[in-house]
Amino acid sequence: MALISGLVGCFVVWRRLSYYGESIAHSSLLGAGIGILIGIGINFGVVFICLLFGILFLWLQQSKALSSDTLLGVLAHFALAVGIIVISFNKIKIDLHAFLFGDILTVSITDIWGMYIGVLIAITLILSNWSSLLLVTLDEDLAKSEGINPLYVNILLTTIMTIVVALSLQIIGLLLITAMLIIPAATARRLVNSPEGMVIVATLIGIFSVVFGIYLSVEMDLPSGPSIVVVSSILFFVSHMFGLIAKNE
Amino acid sequence: MNALISAKNISVIKSGKNILNDVSIDINKNDFTTIIGPNGAGKSMLLKCLMGFYKPNIGAIKTKPNLKFGYMPQNLDVIKTIPMKAKLFITIKKKFDKISLKKVISETQIENILDKQLSFLSGGEMQRVLLARSLLNNPELLILDEPAQNLDVSGQTLFYKLLQKIYSKRGLSILMVSHDLHLVMVSTKQVICLSNHICCCGKPKQITNDPKFLSMFGKDMAEVMAVYQHSNKENFENN
Repeated sequence: MALISGLVGCFVVWRRLSYYGESIAHSSLLGAGIGILIGIGINFGVVFICLLFGILFLWLQQSKALSSDTLLGVLAHFALAVGIIVISFNKIKIDLHAFLFGDILTVSITDIWGMYIGVLIAITLILSNWSSLLLVTLDEDLAKSEGINPLYVNILLTTIMTIVVALSLQIIGLLLITAMLIIPAATARRLVNSPEGMVIVATLIGIFSVVFGIYLSVEMDLPSGPSIVVVSSILFFVSHMFGLIAKNE
Repeated sequence: MNALISAKNISVIKSGKNILNDVSIDINKNDFTTIIGPNGAGKSMLLKCLMGFYKPNIGAIKTKPNLKFGYMPQNLDVIKTIPMKAKLFITIKKKFDKISLKKVISETQIENILDKQLSFLSGGEMQRVLLARSLLNNPELLILDEPAQNLDVSGQTLFYKLLQKIYSKRGLSILMVSHDLHLVMVSTKQVICLSNHICCCGKPKQITNDPKFLSMFGKDMAEVMAVYQHSNKENFENN
C-alpha cells in the first residue's frame, strides 16, 4: 500500500486532486453502509460506490457550468450525509471509530490479499500508461494531438485513485487518506528534478512513514493511521526546512 | 485530392450559437496560411476541427491518410509541482529518432535550456520548446494557435523569423492563427479572415485592400500592415 500511495500521490499533487481524494473518502462511508445493507461486504461496497462517485463526477464535470471544487463539495457531502443515514439503520453495525481513523487490527488475511492484488493492478495501470498520464497532466490539447483521449486517461486515473482509497481505508481511516497520498509527494517535490525521481522519492518516503508509523503504533499503542501521517508530516517539515536553508546559502 | 486537409462547408453549433458557419478550407503542400479574426470568431474551433479534436455538426473534413502534423498550443500552463526538464517535456509520448531530436534542438536554438526546469523558462524559451516538440515527428503540417501571443514585440519578431526559417528550410505546410499579421506578412502566402464564416481570403496584399477586411479591422490597421509589409520585406532581403 505504501508502494502505491507515493505513485498515485504524485498525480494527486500535480493535478490538484487532493480535494477529489477527500471526496472519494467521504463517499466510501456510503459504500460501506450499502455494502453491509445489501450483503456484499464493506470492501466491495466501497469500491462500487467510489467508482460510481468518480464516474458521476467526470460526467457532471463535462458541462463546465460549475467549478470542480464546488461540484465535489456538493457530491462529497451528499454522499457523506446519505452514508451517515444508511449506517444509522439499526441492523447495520459498523465500527465508525475504526472507519474514520483507521485501525490496522481490523485487517484480515483476506483483506491483505485483496490489497496485494489491488496494488498490483494499480501499479501496472499507471506504469503502462505513464507517458499518456504525464502528457494529459501537462496539457490536454497537446495530448489530443498525439492521439490520446484525455477522457479515457482521466477515467483511468479516477479508477486507480478509487482503488487506492478503498484499500487504504482500513489502515489510515477516512479522515486521513488524502494526507497519506499528498504528504509523501509534497515532501519529495523539493528533493528532485524529474517526475520519475519524484515518484521514487515519494514512494520511499511513503514506505518509511508506513513502516515507522506502524512500528510506533505497535510499540506505544497509538492509532495506526495518525501515527503514519505524523511521521510523514515530520519528514515534510524537515525537508522543507532543509530546502529553505539550502536556498538561503 | 492533393490537399493535406480539406474541409468542406463545415458548421459548428454549440449551445445554440453558430461558432463556425459554412467554412471551407484547403491546406495544401507548402502552404503558409494565417487565420485572423476578432475574439470569438471561431479560430481555435476551426483548428480543433481540422485536427480532429472536434467533430463539426455539418460538413466533412478529409485528411490525407497518415498525415503527420505537429501542434503548438498558445502556451503551456506550467504546473510548478511537476519537476520536469525541458528535454524530457519535448519527448514525452513522441516517436522520434536521435537525429531528428538533434536537428530540432539546433533549429529551435534550445541547446542551452534543455536542462532547465519547465517552470523556470522565460516566455520566449517556452515557445521555442513547444515549437521543438511540435517539430519532433518531422510533420508535413505544422499547426500553431497564436504562438507568439504572450511575447513582447521583439520576442514576436524573433519567433516569426525562426518560423519563417524553418518553413523555407523544411518545406512543410504551416497553418497558424495569429493576430500579428504585420509580422508574418512576408512569409504568409494566404490569409483567411474569419468571423464565424470566412469573410475574405487571399494574399496579404489583396486582403488589406478588401472592403470586408477594412470594415472589420479598420483602415488604420490596413495601413499599419502595409507599412510593415514594405519595411519587413527590405529587412528580409537584407538578411
